[in-house]
Amino acid sequence: MPLLRIDGLAHAFGPTKALAGASLEIRSGEIVALMGANGAGKSTLVNVLAGTLAPDHGTMTLAGQSYAPRSPAEATDAGVVTVHQSTERVGAPGLTVADALLLQAYADRSAPFFLSRSAVRRKAAAMLDNVGFELPLDRDFAELTAADRQLVAIARALSRRASLLILDEPTASISGRESERLYAILRRLRDEGLAILFISHRIADLNALADRAIVMRGGTVVGEFARPIDFDRAVETMIGRPLRTARPDARVVHGEPVLEMAGVQLVAGSTPFDLKLHPGEVVAVTGVLGAGKSRLLQAIFGTRTLAAGAMRLDGRNYRPTTPADAINAGVFMAGEDRHRTSLMPSDWPGSALAPTISLPHLPKWYPLGFLFGTRERQEAQRAIDTLGIKTSGPYAPMSSLSGGNQQKVILGRWNAEPSRVLLLDEPFQGVDVGARHDIITAIRASTDRATLIATSDPEEALEVADRILIIDHHTLTPALDAQRPAVAIEA
Amino acid sequence: MTTLNSENQSSAGERLSAAIRASAVFILLIVMVTGFALAQPAYINVTNLMSILQAVSVVAILGAGVTITLAVGGFDLSIGAVAASSVMAASYSMIVWGLGVYETVPLVLLFGALVGLVNAFLIVRLRVPDLLATLAMMFLLTGLQLIPTAGRSISAGLILPDGSTATGAYDPAFLLIGRSSFFGVVPAPVVIMALVAIVLFVLTERTRLGRLLFATGGNELATRLAGASVPKLKTLAYVLSGTLASLGGIIVAARVGRGDVSSGASLLMDSVAAALIGFAVLGLRRPNVFGTIVGAVFVGLLLNGLTMLNAPYYTQDFVKGAVLVGALALTYGLGRSQAR
Repeated sequence: MPLLRIDGLAHAFGPTKALAGASLEIRSGEIVALMGANGAGKSTLVNVLAGTLAPDHGTMTLAGQSYAPRSPAEATDAGVVTVHQSTERVGAPGLTVADALLLQAYADRSAPFFLSRSAVRRKAAAMLDNVGFELPLDRDFAELTAADRQLVAIARALSRRASLLILDEPTASISGRESERLYAILRRLRDEGLAILFISHRIADLNALADRAIVMRGGTVVGEFARPIDFDRAVETMIGRPLRTARPDARVVHGEPVLEMAGVQLVAGSTPFDLKLHPGEVVAVTGVLGAGKSRLLQAIFGTRTLAAGAMRLDGRNYRPTTPADAINAGVFMAGEDRHRTSLMPSDWPGSALAPTISLPHLPKWYPLGFLFGTRERQEAQRAIDTLGIKTSGPYAPMSSLSGGNQQKVILGRWNAEPSRVLLLDEPFQGVDVGARHDIITAIRASTDRATLIATSDPEEALEVADRILIIDHHTLTPALDAQRPAVAIEA
Repeated sequence: MTTLNSENQSSAGERLSAAIRASAVFILLIVMVTGFALAQPAYINVTNLMSILQAVSVVAILGAGVTITLAVGGFDLSIGAVAASSVMAASYSMIVWGLGVYETVPLVLLFGALVGLVNAFLIVRLRVPDLLATLAMMFLLTGLQLIPTAGRSISAGLILPDGSTATGAYDPAFLLIGRSSFFGVVPAPVVIMALVAIVLFVLTERTRLGRLLFATGGNELATRLAGASVPKLKTLAYVLSGTLASLGGIIVAARVGRGDVSSGASLLMDSVAAALIGFAVLGLRRPNVFGTIVGAVFVGLLLNGLTMLNAPYYTQDFVKGAVLVGALALTYGLGRSQAR
C-alpha cells in the first residue's frame, strides 16, 4: 500500500490552472524526484501537500486515511514535513544553531518558559542525534553554510514523527561536496523507512538519489521514470517536445560584436573568460544558483565592478560605474525578481502601468521636468499593443496584472527606447506558459541589439536563445550551440 | 495572479468604501465647520478663518517638509529644532550682528539647508538610520541654540556672555513677514504657506523630480536600477525639509519679534501629525503635500472651534491625538479587504 496517494488534484489561480488533475503515489522508504518546467505545477502540488493551499478538487490519502491539511501545522501533525528552498529564514543572525533548532518548540510553547543554556544544548543535541547529523550547536546561525542551514531545517522538520519529507531544490545553493553529504544523509533516512519527495533538475541529484522521477507538465503528471533515469527523455517529457528542435530558428550571427568582454574575472581569483555579444542575437547564460549569472549581468550594467578585465561597447572602452552610465550608453537591464528590482509597492505613486514603463526614460521624455503632455500614456499604450498586455488601461495598477503581464510591462519599459545591449535576469519568473511565449517572441523580434538572458532553468534557455553559455564558479565555459545543450547543462 | 481581474471584480461595496475613505476628511470638515458655526457664529467670519490659517501656517510649512522626507522613505525629526534654532539665529543675526532683513532671511534659510545637508550626509553617506540621525540632530540643535546667548532669550538690549550689550534690533521690514496682511485681509504667513503648498504640490505630483522622489521611497533599488541617483534625491529631500523648517522659524521670529528659547516646542509633533493625517485625505495612504496642508488646517479649525466653545487649553493635545488616531484608523482600517 502506498504511503501517499494523490488522485485528480486540481487548483486554479484565477484563470490559470496550476494543477489540473494530478495523480501520483509515493511509498514509504523511497526517494522520488519531482521534475517540471516553470509553471508545471510543482510548487502548487508541494503547497497543497504542506497545507498552505487547499485544492479545488481531488483527494489525498496518507497511510490509508484521508489527508486534507488545512494549515502547515496540520500537515506536520499528520507526518508530512516540508523544507522550503530558502533556508535563511530557518533561523536568524544572533541565534545559535541550538536556538534555531528549538525555535519551533519555543513558538508552540512545548519548551519551558525559563531556559538554561545547558537544557537548550541538551535538547538540540538530542534532535541532531535523532537524525544523525553533526552541527556546531553554539555557532551563530548566520555563520552556517547553506548546506548546514538545510540540515538544521531537516533536523527540525524530522523532530516530529514524520513519514514524508518534502524538499524543494535542496541542492540548489550548495556545492558538490556538501551535496554528497546531504545525499548520504537522505539515503540513510530513506533506508530507515522515510518517504522523501524532492524537487530538482540536476542530473547529479537524480543519479545519486532518485529511486523514481515523476515529471509534471501543465498541472498534471505526464511521465514516470524508474531507475536508471534517462535524463534526456525526462527533460523531453518535461518540456513536451524533442530536445533537438528546441530552437529551430536559432540564428548564427557573425560580424562586429556590440559588447566585447576580454580577460574578465567576476570575482578575484576566478578563471578569466571572454564574451562577445553580436547585434541581433539572443544569448542565454545558465547555471545553478550562486554560479555568477546575476553577477555577470550586474557587472555589465555597472552595479558591480569587475575584479579584472575590460569591456568594449561598439568598439569603444566601456566602464560603467552606475546604472545611469550604462543606461546612457544604451545598456539596459531588467533585474531579477521584478517586485524587488523594478516595481513600486501598490498604492504608491508610480505603481501604475505607464509610470512603471516611463521611470528610466523620464529625463528623455520630459526634458523640462514637468510631467505634462501625453508622452507617457502613448508609450504605455504602444507597449500594451505590441506586447499584448492584458490590462484595463495604461494607468491600471501593476498589482491588477498577472505575473506574465507584469513581466511584459517590464520588457516594455526597456523596449520603449532603443538600446545596444539588453540584459534580462530571470525574465520568466512567475510567468505562465502563454505569456512566456509572447515574451520570447518579443525578445527575439529585435534585430539590432544584443540580448543577454540569465536563467537558472535550462529549458528556458533552450526556448529563448540562439546561443547558450554555461556559467559555473563565476566563469563561463565554452559556448555550446543550442542544438545539443541539455545534457551538458550540468557540466 | 489572484488579482487578475480586480478591476471588474471590485464590488460596489469596495468602491463605496474607497469613496468614503477618499472623502471622509472633507465630510468631517464640513460637519465640524457647520457645527462650530451654528454654535458660535463668529467662528465663520473671515477674520477668524484667517487667524486660523495664520496659526497653522508654520505647522503646514514644516509638515510639507516632513512630507518630502516621507516621500523618499525617510523621516526628519529635526525640523522642530531647526525651526526653533532658526528663530534664535534670526534674532541673533539682527540683534547681535545688527544685520537687516535682506541678510538675515538668506542666512537663516542657508542655515536650514545646511542642517539638511548634514542630515543627508549622516543618512546617505554614513548610513545612519534616518530616525536616529535626525533625532541626534534634534538634540544637537536644541542645545546649540542656547550656547551663543548662554541660555538667554534674545531681545533688544541683550547682555552677551562676555558682558557687553547687544546694540541691534529687529528690522521692521523683517517683522512684516509675520505681521503684515495683504489687502488688510490675508496675513503674509498665509500667503507664504499657500505659495509653499502650490510649489511643493506641483513639485511632488507633477514633475519628473517628484516622481523620482516618491520612487526612491517606494523602491530604492528599482529607482537606482532605473538610472536615478538615489543619494542625490535623498539629499535634496533633507535639504528641502531643513530649508522649509528654517522658513517656518523665520515666520515665528517675525511674528513674535523675539528669540525665545522655548519657541517651537510643539512644532515637530504638530507637523508630523499634519503629514500623517494627510495620508487619510483623499484616501491615498501615502504622504502627499495637499493632504498635509488639509491636515494642518483641519487641526487648526478644530482647535480654534473648541477654544471658542471654551474648551480648556490643556485638552488640545488630547484632541490632536484623537484626530490622528482616527485618521490613521480610517486610512488603514477601511478597505483593508480591498488591499489584500
